[in-house]
Amino acid sequence: MSTVLDDRFTLAPVHIDGEPERVRRIREQAAERFNVLGWPTTRSEDWKYTSLASLTSIDWKIDQRQPEGNDPASPFGDQPVAELMFVNGTLHANRSALANEHPGIRVMPIGEAMETESFTQHFSRYADYEKHAMTALNTAMWQDGAYIEIAPGTVVEGFIHLLYVGGGNAEHPIASHHRNLIVAGRGSQITVVESFFGKGTYFTNTVTEIVAGDGAVVDHYKFENESLDAFHIGTVQIHQERASNVTSRTIATGGGLVRNEINAALTGEGASLSMEGLFVLSGKQHVDNHTVIDHVAPHCDSVELFKGILDENARGIFDGRIIVEPDAVKTNSRQTNKNLLLSETAVIDSKPSLEIHNDDVKCNHGSTIGQLDEEALFYLRARGIGAEEARNLLVYAFASEIVERMKVDAVRENAGRALFSRMPKRLPERRSESR
Amino acid sequence: MLEIKDLYAGIDGKEILKGLTLHVGAGEVHAIMGPNGSGKSTLANVLAGRPKYVPTSGSVTYEGKDLLALPAEERAREGVFLAMQYPVEIPGVNNIYFLKAALNAVRKHQGQEELDAMEFLQLAREKMKLVELDEAFMNRSVNEGFSGGEKKRNEIFQMAVLDPKLAILDETDSGLDIDALRIVAEGVNALRSEKHAVLVITHYQRLLKYLVPDFVHVLADGRIVKSGGKELAEELEQKGYEWIEEELVAAR
Ligand SMILES: Nc1ncnc2c1ncn2[C@@H]1O[C@H](COP(=O)(O)OP(=O)(O)O)[C@@H](O)[C@H]1O
Ligand SMILES: [Mg+2]
Repeated sequence: MSTVLDDRFTLAPVHIDGEPERVRRIREQAAERFNVLGWPTTRSEDWKYTSLASLTSIDWKIDQRQPEGNDPASPFGDQPVAELMFVNGTLHANRSALANEHPGIRVMPIGEAMETESFTQHFSRYADYEKHAMTALNTAMWQDGAYIEIAPGTVVEGFIHLLYVGGGNAEHPIASHHRNLIVAGRGSQITVVESFFGKGTYFTNTVTEIVAGDGAVVDHYKFENESLDAFHIGTVQIHQERASNVTSRTIATGGGLVRNEINAALTGEGASLSMEGLFVLSGKQHVDNHTVIDHVAPHCDSVELFKGILDENARGIFDGRIIVEPDAVKTNSRQTNKNLLLSETAVIDSKPSLEIHNDDVKCNHGSTIGQLDEEALFYLRARGIGAEEARNLLVYAFASEIVERMKVDAVRENAGRALFSRMPKRLPERRSESR
Repeated sequence: MLEIKDLYAGIDGKEILKGLTLHVGAGEVHAIMGPNGSGKSTLANVLAGRPKYVPTSGSVTYEGKDLLALPAEERAREGVFLAMQYPVEIPGVNNIYFLKAALNAVRKHQGQEELDAMEFLQLAREKMKLVELDEAFMNRSVNEGFSGGEKKRNEIFQMAVLDPKLAILDETDSGLDIDALRIVAEGVNALRSEKHAVLVITHYQRLLKYLVPDFVHVLADGRIVKSGGKELAEELEQKGYEWIEEELVAAR
């Protein structure tokens, strides 16, 4: 075990065996940046809704033991084309299945990919550690992660699964910094699913860079289902080239304090992006969704939809920014955030924003906050469906817009099950009943 | 089957039903007519247990039970069905899933075996034919994007599947063309038997040509002010509602 930060609040980067000089340098620069930036605070506009005080007061350790045993099981059984499991930040080799027999697909621990041309070209080019402290922390500290490379023209049927299991407690609070790189070559097609779960108190800090080459089709799913005592900070950084088509879905149901950053840059003409999110929260969960879509090139489309369901004392945030750069003419962009509040004590902050630097665009954005539709609730009950089931049906219906669009059957079904099991069980405070 | 005695009820503290009394026996079809705002929908919704509609005094006995003491879903499971005047759209809730869940909740309550997917589909198909609803509607969300007429037919379709003992139709005929009206009437007629009772709430007499009631009642100002046979409906059609109001005023 080693301490993440020493007493003087200076970060010493981790190094792993066989690390090329370039990676060493990047880590050192990132550590320096973190030492300058410090932990994010609510004084910065980007973090104004989320305080990390409860996170930074803990003396996090890194766990460098090799995971063993056979637990836990993947929710997908043997369905993924390839699966890597990480336990507290380190690959669990026995529980991982690589896709060696598939031509055109390379799935490996990132440490083994560091000499490849593609790694050298792309690693750490998109997730910005200069400005973002948590990315700097991740870049300095990562021990493991996944490297996925799809050769040009390769169409991968099915999906690749990355599974992260965290665990810890008050005496051994463990921090895991995962680092992934996904490179989809020209005209390739791939679906990658990342799932996070665990037990107890731990801290996941994850960065995934995704490169969609010319005409590549990439579907990325992030299921954040961490323990309710866990901290999760994650960045998905998407880089899109000409005519690429990316779908990003972030489903957050777990975690005590969660920050999901999803950033995409549309840098090639005709690229299109669909960015969706769903957060289903209860108890004292705090989930901050922070997205930036940067339209750099002309003729690109982006559609963003985030939906929140909040019960009890949960707090949710949608802070989404769309930037249309001066050259990005003929941009089509739509940003929507819809929220369902199930209790009077749940809180949502919704801050959609557009920053447009040319006139030749079609952009709109909006957000809604509402309660369950009493009329609909009565309609269901008037047909014999019990109040609680009716309520769950309506809550699920609100979420289903996102779930139903998941193309891979196994993923959609898993999402449906996960959501149903997380459905708030309590009846609304203001339950009006006939006498 | 249904015994309403001196019922007072209101919305948001505003009194709308003011001493309504009505007896509906098994096997009977009753029409309730009345001018806009007279309280017809209030009566229907109080019977169905809609939370906003609050009974303040009087009683409603349904098959020997205190109906007003039951929550809406229990009333439905006991065989009370309200075809709503304005069926709500419920995006994301699949029509067929919803109706299967509803039917099985009713069946379970009544001690009958629940239907599996195949059995349910078979039943649903049969009833869809009755109301001439296209099967494509079944896989859409409840009432979402349905035209006014389709929503009304969907209500009758649900009624046909749920096979209620007491069906209450709140202006199911409003806004329907003559074909749709005939379909709705056929749907209700198919339900008629000694075991079923129907309360048809309507503003016009049109529907009653196809769905001939045993009794016609006029509801005005929150009370039944006149009752009669099917001829009363025709009289109302010819003379409008004014004469009843005049009669009432004269009687005071
Ligand atoms: N939600 C409501 N809040 C307050 N008053 C209402 C509401 N709905 C209906 N009313 C009033 O109650 C009265 C009876 O309405 P209703 O039962 O709908 O009449 P009908 O169905 O006979 O047209 C009317 O005066 C109407 O304006
Ligand atoms: Mg009405």
